Amino acid sequence: MANSQRYTREIPRRYRLEGQRFVSGNVYLPMRYIDPETGERKFDPIRLSGKGTILSFTEIHIPADTYAREAPFAVAIIETDEGARLTAQVVDCNFEDIKIGSKVELIFRKIMEEGNSGILNYGYKAILV
Amino acid sequence: MRDVAIIGVGMTSFGELWNQGIRDIFAEAALNAMKDAGVTKLDSMYVGAMSSGLYAGQEHIASVMADYIGQRGVPSTRVESACASGGLAVKSAFIEVASGMSDIVLAGGVEKMWDADDGSAILATASDQEWEAYHGVTFPGLYAMMARVYMDRYGLTREELARIPVKAHRHAINNPNAQYPHPMTIETVLKSSMVADPLRLMDCSPITDGAACVILCPLDRAGEFTKNPVKIKAIGAATGPIALHDHKDLTRLDAVHSSAQRAYNMAGVGPGDIDFVEVHDCFSIAEILVAEVLGFFEYGTGGKAIAEGQATYGGKIVINPSGGLKAKGHPVGATGVAQIIEATEQLQHRAGKRQIENAKLGLTQNMGGSGGSSIVHILEAV
Repeated sequence: MANSQRYTREIPRRYRLEGQRFVSGNVYLPMRYIDPETGERKFDPIRLSGKGTILSFTEIHIPADTYAREAPFAVAIIETDEGARLTAQVVDCNFEDIKIGSKVELIFRKIMEEGNSGILNYGYKAILV
Repeated sequence: MRDVAIIGVGMTSFGELWNQGIRDIFAEAALNAMKDAGVTKLDSMYVGAMSSGLYAGQEHIASVMADYIGQRGVPSTRVESACASGGLAVKSAFIEVASGMSDIVLAGGVEKMWDADDGSAILATASDQEWEAYHGVTFPGLYAMMARVYMDRYGLTREELARIPVKAHRHAINNPNAQYPHPMTIETVLKSSMVADPLRLMDCSPITDGAACVILCPLDRAGEFTKNPVKIKAIGAATGPIALHDHKDLTRLDAVHSSAQRAYNMAGVGPGDIDFVEVHDCFSIAEILVAEVLGFFEYGTGGKAIAEGQATYGGKIVINPSGGLKAKGHPVGATGVAQIIEATEQLQHRAGKRQIENAKLGLTQNMGGSGGSSIVHILEAV
């Protein structure tokens, strides 16, 4: 179990999808100080629309213990309309309806609980649109 | 830079070693390697382990292991690069010998995985903890997403993919150290429980206890210790993005490509010169992606080629004569060193029923995470 600051420091990214657009046009969600593609250091903050496309997906049947209650659950790699890449669960749908190329929207959800007495953690999950 | 040779190898059996702790298995492998080389005193040593702290509750293992193999006082360094920690130990020892700093150096790897409970969570620390594991994705899940793109793009069928672990188990039958030296059928793979769609249990390498060690020395001193040393002809290492979603193409392992190109360039050889390979088949799909990026098959053709028998005895190139991670076992920190041991034994023509005829040049490829790191070694019979 971790201290709450490990989670609170990521609130801008996880709750509000506050990413960065570098001068090159590359967009990232996790805080980066340098664009790994171009070496560029200048960027503007950008709030992602939450809309995106599934590049690949799976259904996790054997998760880590923390996520056991949710299993099986779908996970996808998503490219947002702004070009950011991220991984998120895909919820509120039948697994059979998820395809490569499916359009999704990120919504605010509870992600997990840290054991029986730990803190609750929130963030984004995807729904099919 | 001096030429470097392998003069001794030693490992434990791979499996569920309930009666041995992490220091026991490392000591067994190390003492076997020192006996094989005929050395009693080391100048230096490296220990590769992904997560001895989480798996076995013990950090600071470089000192523990030096003490427990009779080398108290010797400089000992632990190195970590997730599942490529073993390969990194060999690379680190190579550099120390090549530089002239030390002569007799042990490179070992160890993982004691069966002492821990929540193995999926421990393995997931080698993925992006904040941006992948936080969302519940596991390593089988990451490789499943690679498999889905590959199958969708190139038309590889689920049944063809099942032939890769079947081949691994057929090779492992002849490996006395393998965890699962049992025949496997396509039907068994296809009926095994779903882990992360489309990957099933029999697509996944197992949880394994094990240790593996090699002894390196300058090539010009190798004759003091052995009649058939094996030269480490080249090493290539590279890093890549730790998160799978940051890979431009989910089916191209760029770090593996870079590490291979560096090794090929250093050795002055290409894939056509290699007689056999040990690759990091942590999942069935991984063997395909790695074999393609190493240059043994065109992109998109490796899956069907391996399914058709091109990666076994009598085919284009033997991939994983040891049985690979899938059937030999995958004690993560030890795997990279165990690959070097298989290659060494093949080049010394002491691989028993697994022996590849006229093996002169072998390649090993050890990968961390979903392509976040890769280390390639090219070994040559002297």
